[in-house]
Amino acid sequence: MATEAHGEAGKAVGMPQLDFSTWPNQIFWLLVTLVVIYLVLSKIALPRIGAVLADRKSTITNDLAAAEELKQRAVAAEKAYNDALATARTEAAKIVAQAKAEIQKDLDAATATADAEIAAKAAESEKTIAVIRDGAAAAVAEVARDVAGELVAALGGKADASAVTAAVTARLKG
Amino acid sequence: MATEEHAGGLQIHPMDQFVVKPLFGDGPIEWYTPTNVTLWMGIAVLAMIALLVLSTRRRAIVPSRGQSVAEMFYGFIHKMVEDVAGHEGLKFFPYIMTLFMFVFLSNMLGLIPMSFTTTSHIAVTAVLALLVFLTVTLVGFYRKGIGFLSMFWVSSAPLILRPILAIIELISYFVRPLSHSIRLGGNLMAGHAVIKVFAGFAGAMGVASVVPIAAIAAIYGLELLVAAVQAYVFTILTCVYLRDAVGDAHH
Repeated sequence: MATEAHGEAGKAVGMPQLDFSTWPNQIFWLLVTLVVIYLVLSKIALPRIGAVLADRKSTITNDLAAAEELKQRAVAAEKAYNDALATARTEAAKIVAQAKAEIQKDLDAATATADAEIAAKAAESEKTIAVIRDGAAAAVAEVARDVAGELVAALGGKADASAVTAAVTARLKG
Repeated sequence: MATEEHAGGLQIHPMDQFVVKPLFGDGPIEWYTPTNVTLWMGIAVLAMIALLVLSTRRRAIVPSRGQSVAEMFYGFIHKMVEDVAGHEGLKFFPYIMTLFMFVFLSNMLGLIPMSFTTTSHIAVTAVLALLVFLTVTLVGFYRKGIGFLSMFWVSSAPLILRPILAIIELISYFVRPLSHSIRLGGNLMAGHAVIKVFAGFAGAMGVASVVPIAAIAAIYGLELLVAAVQAYVFTILTCVYLRDAVGDAHH
């Protein structure tokens, strides 16, 4: 049976699976193969692939954590920016108000000084005008007296100085 | 046989592909003789090394195509062991991965035309199944002591049924290696024999041989599925059996 099964140029008789003469051979090589595969897998392939998978998992976890942290920092930065902006706005408003108040004060002071100067100048001018007016009135009275005296003399009368003066003064007042 | 050949007509030898032959010469097959079994098991080892070792030598965080395949195999079996056999079963992950890679690659290599399918031999599948059986039995007794026998004593059943169930469970336990091995070897052998039979028809039918050739193409597709599914089934059954040894008695 055994020699027939594998004797004639690989022709099978019945089921080669049941040719028990080949079993020791198959079992021996199977055990060798299994031991080799087991050693290669347990010493090289499986630890390596397991390490790669673990590495990848930790890398992904770390990256996600880093992304989360960066996001938090971006949010914080935006908040800080907004806070700074708000502070700056308030500060600016305060400075503007202060500047306005100072300008107003200066303006008021300058206006007051100018008013006072104007008033002083006006008073002085009025005084001068009054002096000039008095001077003019006196000159007019004297001219009128002289003219009146000359008129009286020309008309052939005798000019009474005091009477002329009285008459001119009365006229000027009228 | 000689008479058949002289008679002419249909000459189909679907079982020739399973013959174990010495690689060199025609001598008798001793246990150490390098045979076609040696050759194709060696090719399976090389394929395994190419698939799982060479492809991962760069250890890239972003994997290449080959490394993705290696990681897929790793993840697939790792998850299967963890889901089916439980967390304790992960100690046996390299052992189960060895069985899976050997069965899967042998099945696939067997589909190459003119190749030799090592897993179509009962000698091979029986040894694989007996290894699983012995592992499960020894690990079960080692971890649980005499309590391992409690899996035969179905405590959720009525007391009167328990002895009967115990006998049935005991028989089914010892039938496991038989079904485990014949399922794999039988599937592979039958599929390859059917392809060979159709190939014989194709040689004898002239122009009409397009029909058996189309049938061969279809069956070949089916055999690809069978090769993968039988490797999967063999492995997941190993995990299921292992669960009896390492997991809780009730599940």
